[in-house]
Amino acid sequence: MTNEKTPLLQVQGIHASAGGKSILKGLDLVVNPGEVHAIMGPNGSGKSTLARVLTGHQDVEVTGGEVLYKGQPLLDLAPEERAREGLFLAFQYPVEIPGVTNNTLLREGLNAMRVHRGEEELDAIDFLKIVKRKADLLEMDHMMLGRAVNHGFSGGEKKRNEILQMLVLEPTLAILDETDSGLDIDALKVVAQGVNALRASQRSFVVITHYQRLLDYIVPDFVHVLANGRIVKSGPKELAHELEAKGYAWIDEAVAGAPQS
Amino acid sequence: MSTRSDAPDLEPASTARVSDRVARNPEIDDLTRKDYEWGFVTDIEQDSLPPGLSEDTVRFISAKKQEPEWLLEWRLKAYRHWCTMKEPTWALVHYPAIDYQSISYYAAPKSNKDGPKSLDEVDPELLATYEKLGIPLAERAALAGVAVDAVFDSVSVATTFKGKLGELGIIFCSFSEAVREHPELVRKYLGSVVPQKDNFFAALNCAVFSDGSFVYIPKGVRCPMELSTYFRINAANTGQFERTLIVADEGSHVSYLEGCTAPMRDENQLHAAVVELVALDDAQIKYSTVQNWYPGDKNGVGGIYNFVTKRGACRGRRSKISWTQVETGSAITWKYPSCILQGDDSVGEFYSVALTNHHQQADTGTKMIHIGKNTRSTIISKGISAGRGQNTYRGQVKMLASAHNARNYSQCDSLLMGDACGAHTFPYIEVRNPSAHLEHEASTSKIGEDQIFYLNQRGLGTEDAVNLIVNGFCKEVFRELPMEFAVEAQKLLAVSLEGAVG
Repeated sequence: MTNEKTPLLQVQGIHASAGGKSILKGLDLVVNPGEVHAIMGPNGSGKSTLARVLTGHQDVEVTGGEVLYKGQPLLDLAPEERAREGLFLAFQYPVEIPGVTNNTLLREGLNAMRVHRGEEELDAIDFLKIVKRKADLLEMDHMMLGRAVNHGFSGGEKKRNEILQMLVLEPTLAILDETDSGLDIDALKVVAQGVNALRASQRSFVVITHYQRLLDYIVPDFVHVLANGRIVKSGPKELAHELEAKGYAWIDEAVAGAPQS
Repeated sequence: MSTRSDAPDLEPASTARVSDRVARNPEIDDLTRKDYEWGFVTDIEQDSLPPGLSEDTVRFISAKKQEPEWLLEWRLKAYRHWCTMKEPTWALVHYPAIDYQSISYYAAPKSNKDGPKSLDEVDPELLATYEKLGIPLAERAALAGVAVDAVFDSVSVATTFKGKLGELGIIFCSFSEAVREHPELVRKYLGSVVPQKDNFFAALNCAVFSDGSFVYIPKGVRCPMELSTYFRINAANTGQFERTLIVADEGSHVSYLEGCTAPMRDENQLHAAVVELVALDDAQIKYSTVQNWYPGDKNGVGGIYNFVTKRGACRGRRSKISWTQVETGSAITWKYPSCILQGDDSVGEFYSVALTNHHQQADTGTKMIHIGKNTRSTIISKGISAGRGQNTYRGQVKMLASAHNARNYSQCDSLLMGDACGAHTFPYIEVRNPSAHLEHEASTSKIGEDQIFYLNQRGLGTEDAVNLIVNGFCKEVFRELPMEFAVEAQKLLAVSLEGAVG
């Protein structure tokens, strides 16, 4: 943990609403390079809204606060600009795109990022080499690469496909939004293996999850509890076990007892 | 011109319409407003008729082309019948009444009066026009192995690779030349698939058709190259009445490409072409079209009226006719490439992408008429509506009592972009043989903000994201196109569509 360096992500007092409803109410979060942060919390606490704020989803309106990414204001950037700067979201509900193969999407995405970085586009052969190697890491059949993006995929296949995209695009900050939901234990291990393979000193993860289970395999540096639009408790990885044992109810009580900001 | 963007009075149950609002996306709005990139007018001296249509007009055209008496009579018969016909109104398209007397029915580039013998003799300005279109004739012909019979306005100006094709006995020439050089073939097949009285626009074409292409593939010959014609409407206020006839004799194969772009102008231009295909025993014809006529401007002013009759007859056993069309242009499209499956075990296919943006209207589809035993047909239709575009699929599958074990599979998908466009589906099914099998699938979907966001999140800009989604939607059709045409089609789609989720 290199706290003397610029944090990769600084979320400062973010307020955000969706559909006219206020969801995030002054959320703060600092993620340094190389760190893995887990965000836990009950349904409706604002976990996915946080992911949407960071990636620039059109349905979320930021009404206050600021986000710095690599020390620069993030919120003015278009979603694709954020992506090209290495911000990646593994979607909770991956979207189906009929007729567009995984290979096509991955090649277009990777090349968009390479061009952004001033690198040459990869040719088809080099690209395929990379993708196949990454697919092997996730024990994915190469046939999946030629199939339309998420089209007709099972829930588990979709989640695995998100991680494949992450492995190929090699983001600087990866947000995993409930990637564990819908995965059986074997698939969960494979997905975690993929994430762990990508862990590096300059790469950070924000792992959003409802359950502690995933964190047995992707061990976080910090665990934050999100409730009612704010982070109400932060701690080391053991906090996840505590939550697992006690549930979220005690957090709610703790929040209810705390003074409102 | 004025087009209607409001709802028609009668809306069938199968009609899908988007009226709900989608969140504004200014980027996409910008994209939809892109101008027609290939708008320019070539100035070539015209040898044209003044506007007006009468028997004299028909006689003038026939005389100008030094046609035999039988063809003049054939034209006159069509003209007389046309005078008794009414313009059809059943299509879901709206346009001001056409004054057929205000149209000039003949225009020929003067410099080609004597007919060029090689590209060197072709008007340099015309060649420049092709350059602008990105289809340098000589290069394209030489590099791509495509024999190009370029139709510029009404007279063919260049034919290449004729010698090579000639060695195989393949005839590929302008229609006028075919009338002169191969009258017996023309006389035998002309009007045999689309009769003079078939419909209003076909009858008009029969009376005043100017020129077009003729192809004959002899028995057992597989045409070694794709035959290609580029149509281009150029003269102001001049109707374009092309005539194409392709005959594939027993056991022969041919792939024919038709593509076009047109210069920008304000007057609406009527185009009423007729294409006839004849496939004899074991013959196969693949007819591919990429159509990009001027669609009118953002406000629906100008643009081509495209009223085309295209029909193929699978006369022989085991014959096959396959239509693939990518329609991105024209203000109005009225077009139903069809197959008459007469021979036993014959196969008909129709693959279509029709895109309407701004104020464009398309009413297009196919007819599959099953007559022979074990005849099979496939219909894949992809309609894309954006802006205020109205897109209608109209298709008929008819299985006559004689069509034992006939099969049809139809799939009609509509993609909507934005909140002011419309998609409509009118399938007509008529089955008179109990052994028939029909499958019909239809879907209507809206290009999703969630899809675009997903692709944005993977680093793609909105324009690229939309193109990727649309190309994915059209994939089943694009893969039926010859390779270079498929690339062209994707580009066209990107240009014409550009946009509209807003």
